[in-house]
Amino acid sequence: MTVLAIYPADPAPELAQLLDLSGFVWKGVAQPSDVDLFEPDEGWGGAIVQLGENSDLGWGMLRALRRRDVPVAPLLLMVRGNELNELDLRDDLFDDFCLDPFHPRELEARVRHMLASSGGDLSGERIEYGPLILDLETYEASVNNRPLDLTFMEYELLRFLAATPGRVFTREVLLSRVWGYEYYGGARTVDVHVRRLRAKLGEEYAALIQTVRSVGYRLGESRRR
Amino acid sequence: MERPQDYVQRRVEERGVRLVRLWFTDVQGQLKSFAISPAELETAFESGMVFDGSSIDGFSRVREEDMVARPDPATFELMRWGGNDENAARMFCDIERADGSAFPGDSRQVLRRSMERALAQGFTFFTAPELEYFLFEADRNGDPVPLDNGSYFDLTTADVASNIRRQTLTTLEAMGIPVEYSFHEDAPSQHEIDLRYTDALTMADNVMTFRLIVREIALEHGVHATFMPKPLTGVQGSGMHTHLSLFRDGVNAFHDPESPDGLSDVARGFIAGLLHHAREITAITNQLVNSYKRLVTGYEAPVNVSWARANRAALIRVPTSREGGVDDTTRIEYRAPDPACNPYLAFAVMLAAGMKGIEQGYELPLEAPPSMTGFTEHGGLIDQAQLPQSLDEALDEMEKSDLVADTLGDHLFSWFLRNKRREWNDYKAQVTPFELDRYYSSL
Repeated sequence: MTVLAIYPADPAPELAQLLDLSGFVWKGVAQPSDVDLFEPDEGWGGAIVQLGENSDLGWGMLRALRRRDVPVAPLLLMVRGNELNELDLRDDLFDDFCLDPFHPRELEARVRHMLASSGGDLSGERIEYGPLILDLETYEASVNNRPLDLTFMEYELLRFLAATPGRVFTREVLLSRVWGYEYYGGARTVDVHVRRLRAKLGEEYAALIQTVRSVGYRLGESRRR
Repeated sequence: MERPQDYVQRRVEERGVRLVRLWFTDVQGQLKSFAISPAELETAFESGMVFDGSSIDGFSRVREEDMVARPDPATFELMRWGGNDENAARMFCDIERADGSAFPGDSRQVLRRSMERALAQGFTFFTAPELEYFLFEADRNGDPVPLDNGSYFDLTTADVASNIRRQTLTTLEAMGIPVEYSFHEDAPSQHEIDLRYTDALTMADNVMTFRLIVREIALEHGVHATFMPKPLTGVQGSGMHTHLSLFRDGVNAFHDPESPDGLSDVARGFIAGLLHHAREITAITNQLVNSYKRLVTGYEAPVNVSWARANRAALIRVPTSREGGVDDTTRIEYRAPDPACNPYLAFAVMLAAGMKGIEQGYELPLEAPPSMTGFTEHGGLIDQAQLPQSLDEALDEMEKSDLVADTLGDHLFSWFLRNKRREWNDYKAQVTPFELDRYYSSL
């Protein structure tokens, strides 16, 4: 289950209603210390921060969400038109933004899109990338119509990478998002599982998962060409 | 149902799995297994599967005891070999008592416990074993007959042995056990497969799977694969040299870019700890009467308790590693273990010995000189200490060891000693072909 952190803790009624109607589970966070205090066992699945009247408090919340051992991602920022200049040099603090006041359909679409592309909420869908197909309902994975027999963690890693082909993930991000840090191996676990996934993909398709030197891994080709 | 368990259920349905094998390991490192049907999976996950442990080595107690096998869904794999088992899958299990407490005879949990202790200090433990084994054709007398007479790195493309090895490699990779290298070893019909490092618990599981795969694939070709440490007199035996490393916060804790030789204080402490306790843990890493036929001078097996960078006869070798950053591969190679060991226990005692060295700040003795010749006579460090020369001597050392007792726990520690003493006494009473050859006709 994906639980979103919402700031301010009592969001505008339209936002709360929209989240509830769209089936999102959320908890309000009033101050930076709440991020740790109210974190669900499985970690935050993402966050929506409304910058609001006093934008310094909003930015403080974003920093609290982002600059921690397990950074919360994805982060959607709601920003007023006259605050857009504050976004400069703060790209690292959010993944997407939406103008406030918001259009309900736009916000819902953005939240869904953002969660989907980070692998957070994808039930009942299929991921295809070249010869690779993942059926998220049945956990079926295949490459060039050959079924892949993966362990649970291998499957989860592949699903996460395949949700955003071309995007590079660091080992730390993969570890926190796929494993949730309670695993023995630390960040090296990621290397080990990537190697195992490649072994199962077979020589011909091993290169689907690319190592980006001193950064991490991505599935498929870079999006920046 | 939790997601990993749900995943296993779905895979079983989708892939038409008819048999789920539950695997665990007895104290001697023998793989044990029983099968359940897919219909029993849910029960197995929820409450475990009850079995009678009294027939399992190291599990039996004075009274019969029901044990519970609890499958680990993260280890679910389809078994990708064998003609008749195509719809089978396996999971490793932790063994519990009927009351839900961990069963102290379960070596998988011994290793888990050791790793958790290290983790409490921030260290995760990685291993990469090099497994050697022989392929034999049984002749009429049942004696081992080598399949070929190839030697190290020989390209023997046509022969059956290399077909077997290729098939073995493919199967290992398909089972999620990546292979680093494989080659023909020095001795006739001897092969080596080096596994790529992973956390020690997964690796111990992998070693169990590996030994089964190698033997079963050989059997399919009408050949016998053996992990016996020294099957042939006069040629080198089979070892399980194990590369060890510790990581902290995702960084190799054995590596220190500031230090002239690249080794960190953690690495020095770990090596010192292994050397200091090497004699005590040998009964675990080399648990057979036959293991000590391998640990003799002249066959590249370690004899002295020593460490070195360039001397391949040393007990601990520090391989030269690539330079720099995240990709550095600093590690140490412990060369005593043989592939007949219980990998869970072997990894657990190696880790415990190394950690002790770090905690107590043991001083690292001088490095052994690089020359191979003369080293065994003069180079033995730590007061010229040698590894135990027999199972008997190794058991004496182990019995005195708080470290081993503490790592294995009382139940396993005393069972192991009792069982292995019996093995030694059986052996001691044998009249061997050596004696008959040497004495019978002349006396």
